[in-house]
Amino acid sequence: MTVLAIDPRGTAPKNSNGVAAVTRRRRSAAAIALERLAEAIIRASGFSAIFFVLAIFFFVFREAAPVLLKESFKPMEFLFSTQWYPTSDVNVRYGTLALTIGSISVTALAMVIAVPFGLGAAIYISEFSGPREKEILKIVIELLAAIPSVVWGFIGLTVMSRIIVSLTGAPVGVNLLNGGIILALMSIPIIVSIGEDALKAVPDSYREAAEALGATRWQIVYRVLLPAGKNGLLAAVLLGVGRAVGETMAVLMATGHAVKVPHSVLDSVRTLTANIAAELGEAAAGSDHYRVLFMTGVLLFLITFAVNLTADLAIRGVRRR
Amino acid sequence: MKTIVATDLRLAYGTREVIHGISFEVERNEIFAIIGPAQSGKTSLLRCLNRTIDFVPEATVSGSLLLEGEDVRKIRDVYGLRRRVGMVAPLPVGLPLSIYDNVAFAPRCVGLRQKSDLDAIVERCLCQAALWDEVKDRLSSLGTALSGGQQQRLTIARALSHEPEVLCLDEFSIAIDPVTTMRIEDVLKELRSQITIILVTNLVQQARRLADRTMFLWRGEIVEIDRSEVVFSDTPGDRRTYGYVQGTFG
Repeated sequence: MTVLAIDPRGTAPKNSNGVAAVTRRRRSAAAIALERLAEAIIRASGFSAIFFVLAIFFFVFREAAPVLLKESFKPMEFLFSTQWYPTSDVNVRYGTLALTIGSISVTALAMVIAVPFGLGAAIYISEFSGPREKEILKIVIELLAAIPSVVWGFIGLTVMSRIIVSLTGAPVGVNLLNGGIILALMSIPIIVSIGEDALKAVPDSYREAAEALGATRWQIVYRVLLPAGKNGLLAAVLLGVGRAVGETMAVLMATGHAVKVPHSVLDSVRTLTANIAAELGEAAAGSDHYRVLFMTGVLLFLITFAVNLTADLAIRGVRRR
Repeated sequence: MKTIVATDLRLAYGTREVIHGISFEVERNEIFAIIGPAQSGKTSLLRCLNRTIDFVPEATVSGSLLLEGEDVRKIRDVYGLRRRVGMVAPLPVGLPLSIYDNVAFAPRCVGLRQKSDLDAIVERCLCQAALWDEVKDRLSSLGTALSGGQQQRLTIARALSHEPEVLCLDEFSIAIDPVTTMRIEDVLKELRSQITIILVTNLVQQARRLADRTMFLWRGEIVEIDRSEVVFSDTPGDRRTYGYVQGTFG
């Protein structure tokens, strides 16, 4: 640190030419202090993410924990039973398996629809559309992302359910298929915009090199852009998954909210998130039901954590290749 | 037949004309150097030849540019055209693929699937680009992980993989060391018997070492085209050429 020593009073020894060493413009103490401060602030904001995640987990778990000590709560039943009768007078059951399967199946169906459409749209906007068309499409897709989830739920409940009933003859229109389609429509804008960014980040020199080798646009897309942008595209898909798993209001309105393991896409389901939203207001604070709902929250937290971790490992695996 | 014949070739970006009606011919199996300062239209000329100029909005080409007697501006199959013209850019661009896949890229684009055929092409091209011995044991590692000079030779190997009739090198030695440059120059001298080479370069000495004929392009106009012995002699056809070659002009 002595190298950076400063000399505000100009008492530094002068060299043989009589020029003060200060003329080599050492940085002032204030400037150095300011830089340190700025670094400390951004470091704090960086680490605060860890703090918030732990704090959220802590508070959710604190509400849920007391129920673990009760004899009436059986962890195996909680995880692997499909019976969810939280308000029954004689036969209380807290099995979340049907809810977990509901969440997973709706998300999976949504991704089956959203990933091809989303990535397709991202590729089209990034590589095939003209500049004007690109602007228009991007604006409209951002608009699509801004639609509130309750509006999506409303569309599922009224418009989509009627379409599904008339096309499939299903007894009810609010079901797994409806929820999947609505969630897909909600995830597509995210997949498109992140995916488009990922493709835009691929250097133009790659495209030019491939063009000079006589590759057609499609060949450039699947031989150069997809390998080069795979991490970003994977991130786009995973953000879409995150959106679908975490979505509450739209699935509450569109899936039919029936606790059962679905056997076809036309069965009604209930998801973990919708269950919490619908029942937490009814459950007395501190009751078993209330605490089990928080435990469901912990479960949801662990599921998303597992998804993110898998994704992270997948991306690392992809990178290593 | 001449390999390339340009007649009154003009190129404009919007209203700004950058190539002002130039005419020249390139013989088969010669090394044809194009020298000239920045902004004289050298790279744009190459882009006209492989039609990558099509990607520049508002670029308009007029006049005629014949490749083996065929006007490149009227060619329907631009992808086929680009395979006939190998192009090496100033900065090496390794595609984010393995070394093998980089070289096999163009053959695969035309539908070549046979592993043995691809193996043969990869080995031939890497040998031609003087890279085979350095990379033969790690063909599956990333092309982008090679050093700059190796990547530039990889792009040359890639440009040869589709057996072009013309190989265009656009200031290929800008990012590589003199030793590698000399190795590539030796490669080019060997290739001369097989294909026509167009060498755009800022290094006057390089053009003198390699080229059979040299064209001095300045602000979109041809100052002089002649045999390299003449262009680089003390008495070229134009005083500006002498000045540029000697470093007192341009």
